[in-house]
Amino acid sequence: MSEPPSKENPKELKNDDDRALIIINDLHKSYRKGTQKVTVLTGVNLSITRAQYVAFIGPSGSGKTTLLNLIAGIDRPDRGKLVVDGIDITRLDDSKLSRWRARHVGFIFQFYNLIPVLTAFENVELPLLLTPLSRKQRKKHVTAALKVTGILDRAFYYPSQLSGGQQQRVAIARAIVTDPTIIVADEPTGDLDKDSAVQILDLLHHLNRELGKTIIMVTHDPRAARKARKVYVLDKGILRDQYENDIIW
Amino acid sequence: MKIPYQYTVRNLWNRKLTTALTVSGMALVVFVFSAVLMLAYGLKKTLVNTGSPDNVLVLRRSSTSEVMSTIDRYQASVIATQPEIALDSDGLPLLAKELLVLITLNKRGTTKVANVTLRGVDDNSWELRPGVRLVVGRKFSKGANEIVVGKRIAERFEGCALGESIKFGKRRWLVVGIMDAGNTEFSSEVWGDVDQFMQAFRRPVYSGILFRLKKRSLFPGVKHRLENDPRLTVVAKTEIEYYKEQSELMERFIKILGMVLTSIFSLGAVIGAMITMYSNVANRIVEIGTLRALGFGRTSVLTAFLLEALLLGLAGGIIGLASSSFLQNITVSTTNWKSFSEVAFRFALTPRIALYAISFAAIMGIAGGALPSLRAARLSIVEALHTWE
Ligand SMILES: Nc1ncnc2c1ncn2[C@@H]1O[C@H](COP(=O)(O)OP(=O)(O)O)[C@@H](O)[C@H]1O
Ligand SMILES: [Mg+2]
Repeated sequence: MSEPPSKENPKELKNDDDRALIIINDLHKSYRKGTQKVTVLTGVNLSITRAQYVAFIGPSGSGKTTLLNLIAGIDRPDRGKLVVDGIDITRLDDSKLSRWRARHVGFIFQFYNLIPVLTAFENVELPLLLTPLSRKQRKKHVTAALKVTGILDRAFYYPSQLSGGQQQRVAIARAIVTDPTIIVADEPTGDLDKDSAVQILDLLHHLNRELGKTIIMVTHDPRAARKARKVYVLDKGILRDQYENDIIW
Repeated sequence: MKIPYQYTVRNLWNRKLTTALTVSGMALVVFVFSAVLMLAYGLKKTLVNTGSPDNVLVLRRSSTSEVMSTIDRYQASVIATQPEIALDSDGLPLLAKELLVLITLNKRGTTKVANVTLRGVDDNSWELRPGVRLVVGRKFSKGANEIVVGKRIAERFEGCALGESIKFGKRRWLVVGIMDAGNTEFSSEVWGDVDQFMQAFRRPVYSGILFRLKKRSLFPGVKHRLENDPRLTVVAKTEIEYYKEQSELMERFIKILGMVLTSIFSLGAVIGAMITMYSNVANRIVEIGTLRALGFGRTSVLTAFLLEALLLGLAGGIIGLASSSFLQNITVSTTNWKSFSEVAFRFALTPRIALYAISFAAIMGIAGGALPSLRAARLSIVEALHTWE
């Protein structure tokens, strides 16, 4: 289904900046493991347009998650520029970055990461507590998000009372409830059985196509990657390939 | 910008056993802490209530208690002429010359003995101490070998019930009445005719002189005159002041002992809370990472965990305080170290003690939660989420 990869010069990418929602420029990242330095990203350049649905694929350990974490502002690069919607997030201090995430990023995790002691409704409401919305307005937003993800009937269940697929629906509701600028998803189907995985991918697809959400997904599941509009292939910390999926939208 | 309190409360509730154990530790410490304060306060209250603000007690200079004081008949008559002394209905000074003697009596149902205060009193003594009421029987008659005993003595010592008799001063004394002076030291005394006691014990001198002032404000004047009169070797104190001094040593001892005990116990409780909170943090690392990713700041995380520790402390505080409040039903007796006589008193709870106990519990909670909460707040998001592998 996929087209042959079309090589692009990173320098040329910068010319798209006008349309780009996310601009990544010469991004470097390494971790310290004891005394050893593990280099993960070595000069990544790419840009992502608004309402795009992007997948990062590549072998395990290639740096996909690291790149996603940097874009989502939960980790900091050693070097390079990372501009999201006109804001260079590498320059934000810790508390500004927290506020930026609350406003601009929706998170979907492989293991859902719902708070066990809160109901589905309360989990989805969490990010709204960081906004000035009133209780009544929050309720409206939470209900709408749960409806979109098709899990409203389980609003007052605790995560432990829900299946994996249902928990991921709650988590997706939590990710979209604040209407963030970008939604990041790290292996969103990694812990799901085949049927649930298909449903979740359909849901993400729907969010992108019908509601225009910008989604950035990390996956090693080819089925998942095929659902994205654009695929970036990472290998040993560099962008090896990129291609657009030939799908009927 | 706060993590909802339900998060904190339900986490505690979900880990019932750990929470219960930690809270019990705190409760035990708070129980001991408030019991000590209640004991110290109960004792003080008993001794201070014993005095009345208009009464002045005159003792021999340098004697710290009535038992050790002696005032001879000549000095007593000089004291009685002071113009500040209130007059009774017959126009005579409202003044009592009293004698205090310690004797030992057998405790009921045991072979133990304890010191009991005998107070030789005269007619005015009853009027000077309106808090002392005769509850059964009658007052002793002048010139007779009769006594009236305090309620607590009647209950606890052999031969002290109404109609019974005890032996001291080589004579046998009949109990003709029982008096109740509430929570005061008089409830633990035995009263008889001062002249009879002086004969029985062959004591030619009084222990102290008690009189009522015409007005409270006259005290400094009369004190100055008595203490500077060359014929006298006395000190004058208000009765309240005297009993307060009596209680101080004991109160201090109880408090110091209590604080030492509490400090040792509280160290244990704080360490217990710390262990619990460290494990609460460790069990919820991914949750903390998630909350931080969603945009909750380090301060919010710190606050949520501190609140959790605070709740542990407060729960312990409330339970400990509630348990210690039952102690108020218990009467304790001990030897008053200044007068060496037996006093009975109760644990007394006050709003101030309750406030101290709850604050102490809160501080223990916060102290135990501080380091674990800081650890939670300091976690790096990616490490907490453990996104690799
Ligand atoms: N916080 C971290 N500390 C140490 N090493 C890390 C950390 N995060 C990632 N790594 C290492 O960086 C490399 C790339 O990790 P990651 O981005 O998670 O890869 P991928 O998601 O492509 O499998 C791996 O070798 C991983 O062990
Ligand atoms: Mg990964």
